[in-house]
Order: sequence, then structure tokens, then C-alpha cells
Amino acid sequence: MFEKLNSLESRWIFLMTFLAVGIPILLQKSLPEKPTPMVMDVFNLVEDLPSGSLILCSFDFDPASAGELQPMAAAFVRHCALKKHKIVFMTLWPVGPPMIQNNINILKKEFPDYQYGEDYVNLGYRTGGEGVIKLITTSLDKMYSEDVNGTSLKKLSLTKDLKHIQGIDLLVNISAGTPGVIEWVQYASTPFNIKTVVGCTGVTAPKNYTYIPKQLAGMLGAIKGAAEYEKASIIQYPQLAENPQAQEGLRRMAPQLVAHLLLIFLIILGNVLHFVGRRKGLSS
Amino acid sequence: MKRTVPLIICSLTGFILIISWFLPAAESWGEKVTHWFDIVAAFAFVLGGANLLKIHLQKISNRRIGWGYSAVTLTAFLVTLLAGLFKINVNPSMNYPAYSWSGNYLDEGGLLWWIYEYLFVPLSATLFAMLAFYITSAAFRAFRAKNIEASILLFTAFLILLGRTYAGSLITSGLPDSLAFLRFENLTIIIMSVFNLAGSRAITIGIALGVVTTSLKLLLAVDRSYLGSD
Repeated sequence: MFEKLNSLESRWIFLMTFLAVGIPILLQKSLPEKPTPMVMDVFNLVEDLPSGSLILCSFDFDPASAGELQPMAAAFVRHCALKKHKIVFMTLWPVGPPMIQNNINILKKEFPDYQYGEDYVNLGYRTGGEGVIKLITTSLDKMYSEDVNGTSLKKLSLTKDLKHIQGIDLLVNISAGTPGVIEWVQYASTPFNIKTVVGCTGVTAPKNYTYIPKQLAGMLGAIKGAAEYEKASIIQYPQLAENPQAQEGLRRMAPQLVAHLLLIFLIILGNVLHFVGRRKGLSS
Repeated sequence: MKRTVPLIICSLTGFILIISWFLPAAESWGEKVTHWFDIVAAFAFVLGGANLLKIHLQKISNRRIGWGYSAVTLTAFLVTLLAGLFKINVNPSMNYPAYSWSGNYLDEGGLLWWIYEYLFVPLSATLFAMLAFYITSAAFRAFRAKNIEASILLFTAFLILLGRTYAGSLITSGLPDSLAFLRFENLTIIIMSVFNLAGSRAITIGIALGVVTTSLKLLLAVDRSYLGSD
């Protein structure tokens, strides 16, 4: 038995992982989540802003991390729309524009009263990373003279008087790496005191704790952060409970739970085998 | 000349950015330089594309091992590039319906959108998802309590793994309020916002000091390694 387990082939571990993630996905079960104080800080910040506040959403992620970050982005966008905030979308990642479009599609489908140009504007992508941030903090039109459709920002009611982003009420950055949270903190939030909240992947979250609470007002970490934000939104706006699309993050917590339990089981098993092997080696 | 001009550009640009930060009168200089940076950054895409072509064409022409993969890479690169540059199958923008090329290159229905939606998205997601399989395999084979440091790491990993799921809340939900800090979800918060925070800040401050030193060496032309050897 010991020999068999000790030489367990990777394919069996892969099969276990596949089943641990696949079965809960197929069962579509969601688990009860309780929003943690950090998530509530972020939620309350968006909630407490007066209706019509201007929010800049920079979605700096790609399809690889969309599984983790898109539910978060969607939860933010829905919350902003429910509060009737004005949203300016942009991205620092070349593959980011479709990430913005996915969220604009949510606005079009679920909030048909939301008008492009008046309630939200899509600035799209510009190359330069931190250079873009640095420039738009002092002069928006030097980087973005027109929106993603080629319409001059001066012709759109939401952006016609927007000279730079220092005057925005909240900066929301959903990021999977560089350029992302750190660049926004260094070149926008800190020097110009722009209130900022972020959403990030699980692997980048520990690094971003460094900036809380002074430079960042709050952070949503990984899919759990998204699930908790969705839960907080459902508590505040019960109509969201009837929208399955507004519970993507919550649904993804069940596969995560089983995968984590499998990881713990395998770590324990690996260590038991390690110590048994060591004892056998010692006794022999 | 080949080395002096880049050195002057680097020093001048860096010092202008520093001065513009501290002197309000020089703020517009910093803006101008940042604008240059953004324009030059766009050229990096062209250079990157040219470099990709050069490396893979060389590999194909020399029939080096794996040249077939290079052919696939080049085909994918060129098809995607042409689909985007020529806006193949993209409808004209509503603002300028008379101009067939006025639509957005990534508009729904276009060839680039099709490549993105049905090739790039599933391939990226698949590659990222495969990490889960390797992490699980590594957890079984490599995560061993071989010494005290590894044991502490292992114990912390357990707490985080449980604390980030409903199982953690469920297991310790019976603890009285006076011991609420021992609930897995609260222990996770303590680990992340105390121990992790202290370590991360120390590393971040260390990196910042290193960046200042390195930047000064670059601006004063003490470190010229970025110019290459010839």
C-alpha cells in the first residue's frame, strides 16, 4: 500500500483534480458566504457615494485571469449601475478591451436606461502602462482625445468637462498584474489622493495588502472577494438574487472548496508518506 | 555616438521627470516627456513583432528542432495581424457609415473578434486552468514538513486554504464570540493583514531603496549595461 501510494502517478492526481473541480461546477451549487470587513469597506465606499458620482474603472486583465476577475468586475459594474453612478472605462492591457466590452454588455442587457456618453464612456486601450496613468492624471485629452468609437470626448456629455482624472470620485482597478494596482497606486492614488479600491487575483493579493488602508481604501482578493461582494450586493439589492449572472462568483466557491479540501488531503497524505518512508529508512 | 546619445536621452529624461515632480513650474516638461514615453512604448510593439519574425524565420530556415512550432507561431501571428490591420469583416462605425474601415477592429462579428473569442480566450483560459493540476500534483510531492520553517509554512497554508472557503467557517462556527479570533476566516485575516503585511512592507521598502539606487546609477551613467556590450 505504502509503495503504491508513494509512487502514485500524476495522472491519478490530475483525475482527482478534474473531478474535484468538475463535479461541483456541474452541480451548480452555491455556498453561503458572509462578506468580510474588508469587502464591506469596498462595498460601502461605492454605496455611500452620492448617485451620479464619477467612477473610473480600469480593467487591467486578460482572458487567462477572467475566470477569477470578471465576476468581480461585473459585480462592481452592476453595483455602480444600481447606484446610478457614471462610469468611465479604460484598460492598460492590450487584450483588455474585450474585458470592458463584456461589462458594457451587462449594462446594455440589464440596465437598458443607461445611455452611452451620458452614463458611461469606453476609452479603450492605450499603450504606455504607467506613462498613460501619469499623463491622464494631469491631462486626459493628451492621451485620450476620443473614445473607442472615434467620437471626440468633447462631444460626450460625460467627458466634455473632464480635464484629468484628479476630479473623479472613485478609482476602481481590477488587475491581474503589471501594469495594474501598483502603478495606479504610485502614479494616481498616492500623489493626487484619489480614493481607490482594487480587485486582484489571489497570487497578487498578499503584495497589495501593503497599500491598505492609506493608499488603497480596500481590496477584493480573488474569487472569494468577488463572491463576498456579490453577497453584499444581494443583501442590499435583493432583486439581484433572481439574476443568476449576478452570482457567478458565489457559484465558483463550491469548486474552490472541494479543490482546497483535495489539496489539504494530498498535502497530509504526502507528509504521512514522507514520515513513514523516513521511519522505514531509519529502521532499515 | 551610438552610446553617448542614448545616455544623454536617458539622463535628460530622468532628470526632467524628477525636476517636474518637485517644481510646479516644470510640471509641463514632465507631461511632455511622459507623452514621448507613451509614443516610444507604441514602437515597442513594432520592434517586438519584428523580433518575433526574425527569430522564428531563422529557426524555420535553419530547420532547427521544433521549427514546425515556429511555423505555427508565425502563421498565427500573421493571420491575427492582418485580421486586425485590415479590419476584415468589421462593419463600418455608426458615426461614419460611408467609410468601410471606420469600425472598431474588435467589433463583434469581425475576423479578429472571432479569433479572439473562439481561439485566444479558450486557449488562455485552458493554459491558466492547467496550473490547478500542477499545483495539486506539487502539493502531494513537494510540500513536506522537513524542518521548522517548512512546518510553519505548511501550517499557514492549511489555515489560509481552509479560511478562504466555507469549510473553514463551518468547522469553527461553534467557537464562542470570546474566541471568535480563532475562527479560520478571522485567522486568515490576521495572517494576511499582520504577518504578511509586515513582510510585504519590508520587502517593498527594500525594493524601493534598490530602485532609487539603480535609477541614480542609470541617470548618472554609472550603470551602462542597458546599452549592451558593443
